[in-house]
Amino acid sequence: MSTESPEVNEVIEQTPHAGDGAPPTDQLAPTLMSATDAANTTRTKIEIENLNFWYGRKQALTDISLAIQERRVTAFIGPSGCGKSTLLRCLNRMNDLIPGARLEGTVRVDGHDIYNASDAVVVRRHIGMVFQKPNPFPKSIYQNIVWGAKINGFSGQPDELVERCLRQAALWDEVKDRLGDNAYNLSGGQQQRLCIARALAVEPEILLMDEPASALDPIATTKLEETILDLRERYTVVIVTHNMHQARRVSDETAFFYIGQLIEKTPTEQLFTRPREQRTEDYIMGRFG
Amino acid sequence: MNGASNIASRNIDLAVKARRGFGERIIRFVLAGCALVSVLVTVAIAATLIYESVGFFRDVSVLRFLTESQWTPQFVDKQFGIWPLLSGTLLVTLIAALVAMPIGLFSAIYIAEYAGDRIRRVLKPGLEVLAGVPTVVYGWFALTFVTPVLQSIFPSLGVYNALSAGLVVGIMIIPMVASISEDAIRAVPRALAEGGYALGGTKIEVVSTIVVPGALSGIVASFILALSRAIGETMIVTLAAGATPNLTINPAESIQTMTAFIVQVSLGDTPHGTIVYKSIFAVGLTLFLITLGMNLLANVIIRRYKESY
Repeated sequence: MSTESPEVNEVIEQTPHAGDGAPPTDQLAPTLMSATDAANTTRTKIEIENLNFWYGRKQALTDISLAIQERRVTAFIGPSGCGKSTLLRCLNRMNDLIPGARLEGTVRVDGHDIYNASDAVVVRRHIGMVFQKPNPFPKSIYQNIVWGAKINGFSGQPDELVERCLRQAALWDEVKDRLGDNAYNLSGGQQQRLCIARALAVEPEILLMDEPASALDPIATTKLEETILDLRERYTVVIVTHNMHQARRVSDETAFFYIGQLIEKTPTEQLFTRPREQRTEDYIMGRFG
Repeated sequence: MNGASNIASRNIDLAVKARRGFGERIIRFVLAGCALVSVLVTVAIAATLIYESVGFFRDVSVLRFLTESQWTPQFVDKQFGIWPLLSGTLLVTLIAALVAMPIGLFSAIYIAEYAGDRIRRVLKPGLEVLAGVPTVVYGWFALTFVTPVLQSIFPSLGVYNALSAGLVVGIMIIPMVASISEDAIRAVPRALAEGGYALGGTKIEVVSTIVVPGALSGIVASFILALSRAIGETMIVTLAAGATPNLTINPAESIQTMTAFIVQVSLGDTPHGTIVYKSIFAVGLTLFLITLGMNLLANVIIRRYKESY
């Protein structure tokens, strides 16, 4: 795929980015943005610093430092077991639920340390998550969306909330006449978009997606990706995917992980056309993984 | 072995029959026979109950059985109304349900969702021990411990009463409710709970509004199966509830359940062929129909409302 025009690539090539220490993203991002979304200015939303993570004795993440930009789609790619899902789940403290898991380092969202300065429940109310396999609650479509809003003290008009969230998740037209139906009557792709709508109902600012299309067929995947691109206007999206083409289609920036380490993070188009690291190139060329 | 060039190509012959000994066929029959035993026994029991009950209903009309208000087959003035025995059974079952459903369900929730590994390792065997206590021990426990304790609270309480028996029957069926409910709760996929946590749900919110409702069919089934067990329970009520067929809803009174009546007649010197002897089959048939109905209901609920995650 190549939505980037050759001129843009040209511009990137002329941009100096030699230093390994200082990430070149800040200089590059505005250039790329002009191709995607010129109106927004870049700001760091999530800042991960020297993050180490263990499942029991096994170290899953090693010394990860990474900045995620606001209102961008950032993709995490890498072979199975590289820690990309683990890192994603560190961002909303879902790993707290795993017995024996241990974390060192800091994760800041808008400058707040989510591990030391906040309660996990509060963190999750601001950071939505969509899982690998659609996991709607065994309740009606309507109830699925209202559930999260209600426990977060939502006191507005639930009908409006349901419609707004379903519209944002591009599901409204398909289900508006059967909101009382059980969510399990929906197709897999619809269930996954319902899960997105459900996450949006608590009005998060960040949306984490853990291989959201891995259980979907190609048509449903396309619709989901369109939805993700729409969401970028309002939300900071982090998406884990094993599908490199998908990362390329939906993301503005891509981070490549290998055996628990962040190998590199650059604007997506650059990562796929001119990776800095040999391992990244080997992976995207399909030489392993 | 001597190199690739020596290996001749050959055709597969599918025409030969594989040899199967008699052994395989015999094993098959033995296994099928074992599987049939329980079915045959059930059929035989039902047949006996029906056959003997027909004899009873020839002497006592079904109408009398269902409309008379006294159960006095051993008296000179015989009455054959099932209601006193039925109400005794239902009263004990109701008390047992009030004890076992909340305690059983809450223990299941605790063990499945809250208890750490170490506590679980103590609690689960503890529950299983409770399930393994012989009912005669429970009966004595009701009569010699629970009743005196209750009497110290309510001095007017008699030695035999429905309350004490009901409480202890309830304790007896707690493990059943807890164990089946816990399985049902554990069967709710982790992903559903994670979805709830990811939306900022607290533990109690996720457990009470997602996990437990997701396990509802199994929980309801555990209730019904346990109650069906309570209805059929015999030893505790025989020892502690009394032997007075009594159409009452007062748990402080002495009553008699259907099962206890059957025991009473079976133990006595009631001659075969008398109307009293035949009456136990009619009572047994009633009991059989009720528990059968409840087990079927449990099956229907499990199948019909089974959540397909």
